[in-house]
Amino acid sequence: MTLPRALAVSLIALIAAVPLVPMGGMHQYVLHVLVQIFIWSFIAGAWSLMGRFRLVSLGHGAFLGIGAYTATLLWNVFGLTPWVGGLAAVAGAVAVAAVVGYPCYRLRVVGHYFVLVTLAVGEVVRLLIIAGRGWTGGSLGLTLRPAPAQASLLAAQFADKRVFYYASVVVWLGGLYLWRRVDRSMARSALEAIGEDETAAASVGIDVTRFKLGITALSAALTAAGGVLYAQYITYVSPETLSGIGVSLRIVFAAVLGGMYSLLGPTVGTALTIALAEYLRVTFGIRLIGMAETIYGLVLILLIIFLPVGLYGGLQQVMLRAGAVRPGRRMTFLQTRKG
Amino acid sequence: MMDPIFLAEAALNGVLLAGVLALLALGLNLIFGVLDIVWIAYVDLVAVCMYGVYFLVTLYGWPLWAAGLAAVGLGGLLGIAVHLLIISPILGSPPVNQLLATGGLLFFLQSFMTLLWTTDHRSLRLNLPILQAGGMFIPFTRLLAFGVAVLAVLGLYLFLTRTYMGTAIRAVSQDREAMRLMGADPQRVYVVTSAVGGAMAGVAAALLIIQYPVHPYFGAAFGPLTFMICVLGGLGNMVGAFVASFILSEIISFGGVLLSTEMGYVLAFVLFIALMFARPGGILARRA
Repeated sequence: MTLPRALAVSLIALIAAVPLVPMGGMHQYVLHVLVQIFIWSFIAGAWSLMGRFRLVSLGHGAFLGIGAYTATLLWNVFGLTPWVGGLAAVAGAVAVAAVVGYPCYRLRVVGHYFVLVTLAVGEVVRLLIIAGRGWTGGSLGLTLRPAPAQASLLAAQFADKRVFYYASVVVWLGGLYLWRRVDRSMARSALEAIGEDETAAASVGIDVTRFKLGITALSAALTAAGGVLYAQYITYVSPETLSGIGVSLRIVFAAVLGGMYSLLGPTVGTALTIALAEYLRVTFGIRLIGMAETIYGLVLILLIIFLPVGLYGGLQQVMLRAGAVRPGRRMTFLQTRKG
Repeated sequence: MMDPIFLAEAALNGVLLAGVLALLALGLNLIFGVLDIVWIAYVDLVAVCMYGVYFLVTLYGWPLWAAGLAAVGLGGLLGIAVHLLIISPILGSPPVNQLLATGGLLFFLQSFMTLLWTTDHRSLRLNLPILQAGGMFIPFTRLLAFGVAVLAVLGLYLFLTRTYMGTAIRAVSQDREAMRLMGADPQRVYVVTSAVGGAMAGVAAALLIIQYPVHPYFGAAFGPLTFMICVLGGLGNMVGAFVASFILSEIISFGGVLLSTEMGYVLAFVLFIALMFARPGGILARRA
């Protein structure tokens, strides 16, 4: 067993064992924080699928909102199980991604323009959620209709936090798997070439629109799935916590902080931001509202200027340079293939 | 059928909102449009200047005009600071990084304002007369903002086309490298432009604080619209931005009256997305 593989296995074993550790009264709280970290890491990872190829979206809150609200409304209004509703939600997000993405890529809306279009899409979804207040409850948000105990599995509502803990870990691992599949595919080379120079990429026969649309659809689908999971866990959805510019920026921030070019970067970034926010909240309570974000903002500026590959990405580079890993391979914690 | 006076008032409100938006878009259009650098936190700088005016007037008892002038100075200084501290080190990296770095600034400014001044809405509550014409009410403050916006557009236009510095700014926007080869110092051009753009944020702040309450999320409310106006008008095209702010604010105003406030904004954003596909060079661009 190679070293990275052993590390990966022990890390997963450790994660799986967390709910078994006796923590007294802290148990529920620790699990709650960890579930949030896994869900938002998954979402940040989904964002970085696009972000790493210079497809910067400031509108991922749109997919998050579509996902969470579609599943929640289908359950609340029609009693449709979120297992099916979630699929509908993902399909809806992919449809929106395609409707906006296709003309964007076809007509080569790139750079700042692309960012602004995504920003507008995020705002449109947020405002539509507020405007449809007859169904969605507007800015006040919407509570997931509680299911009777015997229908718990059907409604995907579980009183026990451990169920959500393992569910979020599985989803997170699935996200990492997909990230790596993309990382090792031909699509990655194609998309990197497109990110560098679209015209040059097209001239060597890369179907620019198809590749960009593909990665956008994947990213949107995963983000929507994350939104469904989050809604099921929190059992409350509101436009500000799911679709505002603040949420979209937060996703971007976590990915950039950890490093959007590496497998575990978004996870590290998310874990750090959530841990810092929780720490400040517990230590200072409501006295220092805004402190956590003030620090995030400063760190983000410094990172972009001095370490654009992010904290985890930077650590990786240092380790590579120090020869901690055999040269010629890119190191990841979840190395599964030999060689 | 709706009362025609109601619709006329909506149209007029649209015109007045256009003045506000055009004012906000001025400085941004200079930096984003002419220099091609994204200050995603631009409207948050305006909010900082608004707080500046507010506190100078309420806490230190300055007269409004003096506080407004101070805001213009503060804006200029902030503009220089943003350029030297954030943009200048990453001028050569992909534009996306400039966007993300100023995104960090947005986060920082919004939360730092929350930390310092809480989320209270603060307003100067200026009791300027409300003009009445044909059964419609026109707040004088908005008329003032509108007038200044028109003057500032003219001033900026003359500055960009008639002065040496303006020509230099436009030259840098065309080719960042060639400027250096001509023996000119692009750094100076950047600093001056950032200062002028920042000062414009101060001008906007001085005129906005007398009609809108300021709060830490002021930037989030107006930021996206301001960017869209710059793009819709055609980057760097001051007249185009003016036209764009008219179109968007009329849609917002009429949509708000006929449907709902949110739907007015939705229509404006959807139109923006559609026009990005149809006329990426801006509404006034000549067809290719």
